[in-house]
Amino acid sequence: MSKENNILVKLINVGLLRNQKWLVKGVSLTVEKGQIVTLIGPNGSGKSTTAKIAIGIHKNIEGKVEKFTNKIGYVPQKISIDWTLPLRVSDFMVLTENLSDEAINEALSLTGAKHLKHKSLGNLSGGEFQRVLLARAVSKKPELLVLDEPVQGVDFTGEIALYKLIKEISEKLNCGILLISHDLHTVMSATDFVLCLNGHVCCSGTPKDVAMNNEYKVLFGEQASQTLSIYEHKHDHTHSDDGEIKKN
Amino acid sequence: MFDDFFIRALVAGIGVAFVTGPLGCFVVWRRLSYFGDTLAHSALLGVTMALAFEINIAISIFIISSVIAIILVKLEKNTNLPGDALLGLLAHSALAVGLVVIGFLSFIRFDVMGLLFGDILAVNIDDLIIIWGGGAIILIVLKLIWKPLFASTVNYELAEAEGLNPDRAKAIFTILMAAIIAISIKIVGLLLITGMLIIPTAMARNLSDTPRKMVVYSILGGLLSVLIGLFSSLEFNTPSGPSIIAAALFLFIISLFKIKQTIQLKN
Repeated sequence: MSKENNILVKLINVGLLRNQKWLVKGVSLTVEKGQIVTLIGPNGSGKSTTAKIAIGIHKNIEGKVEKFTNKIGYVPQKISIDWTLPLRVSDFMVLTENLSDEAINEALSLTGAKHLKHKSLGNLSGGEFQRVLLARAVSKKPELLVLDEPVQGVDFTGEIALYKLIKEISEKLNCGILLISHDLHTVMSATDFVLCLNGHVCCSGTPKDVAMNNEYKVLFGEQASQTLSIYEHKHDHTHSDDGEIKKN
Repeated sequence: MFDDFFIRALVAGIGVAFVTGPLGCFVVWRRLSYFGDTLAHSALLGVTMALAFEINIAISIFIISSVIAIILVKLEKNTNLPGDALLGLLAHSALAVGLVVIGFLSFIRFDVMGLLFGDILAVNIDDLIIIWGGGAIILIVLKLIWKPLFASTVNYELAEAEGLNPDRAKAIFTILMAAIIAISIKIVGLLLITGMLIIPTAMARNLSDTPRKMVVYSILGGLLSVLIGLFSSLEFNTPSGPSIIAAALFLFIISLFKIKQTIQLKN
């Protein structure tokens, strides 16, 4: 971590060119300690790519990445465990770092997955698997947590609970969180900064204009809508089907 | 005690089984069986080099297999051919070139069958030293790179993101593959090495619910295969390398019944 400020990772005008096509271009962002930065955007808008650039999975990129921490917890968007590899949740928890049994239990309880500890990873449901993935990423007490659609496959009530949990984790560990959500409209009100991507940064800002939406209040109740809210914004341009930018 | 050819064969086979067990697990997990085959085929070229330049066969095989592995990695990056076509290209080219070179070395008496299917009964003390010494080194190195290698086997991006350097682990593992082929060629021969890596591991998968158990059962399966194979080859006068692999197959078939039982229990 840099001494003078709390910056964990800084992307300066990064882009990634693959097969003569820019997956993302001109993205700049910083994640600081204790901060939650959310990337939103439609499928194929480069959210995952941006996150992977930030943590150094994609190399040969344009622009510059400055990373000030090596303690990273990562929840990938997709993970498939081959049948040939017998793996229980408890084996998976110690995949990248050896942990005490206590630390494993603590992390699993935190995400409500302790009862899954001795289950085989192949037998988990989508939502259970997400909880385990999140528990594993949190268990090593990272300084930077990168969550690629951490609530996919989780039911509605579980989704709210998990978003709440992510907020709690960021406060408890005082870590920076880079969160990806494919849902354009659902963003945590706890988010400090939102970037809307579509191959480039469409718009970004602090979600002070996050509105309390009546539909969510109806759906999840008053309390839930304090956790979950809508980030309302307007674009000064639209995209054609092939991603070309059209000014309004 | 190593005076008896059969004792030497047993000791050699046991040494190889200890190493093929854990390596075989990674071959199955990472879907590298055809890669193992390719390296094994290239071993023939290694043997001809050893005979031509009068160097140790195991060392020569190790060098040639490593070179083939490096060529493969380069080709993967620089051509658009799919991986399996590249493997086939290298495997059969190496085999063909090896046989052609043997044709030129007509002044040397040469047992091709022993090379293809193993000649465990002809193992000498030097071979034993190479198998146990080389095997120990392979296992120690594997132990050292276990964490990054295993993590990247589960998910490459996770390992990369959390700073485990999976590319280095993969490169080292490739060298270990070349090494195991070099030390086990005399036991089961180049056509059957992949079987020794895969079949006990496949059996182990049917009996295990954790990676650790799978490695242990894989070693035990390899050891049993060597014992059953060697004793039956002595009893029925069958070729020993193929007998070991046949024994492994026999164990695998038995392990299938265990699966059926577990499935029935679950229902």
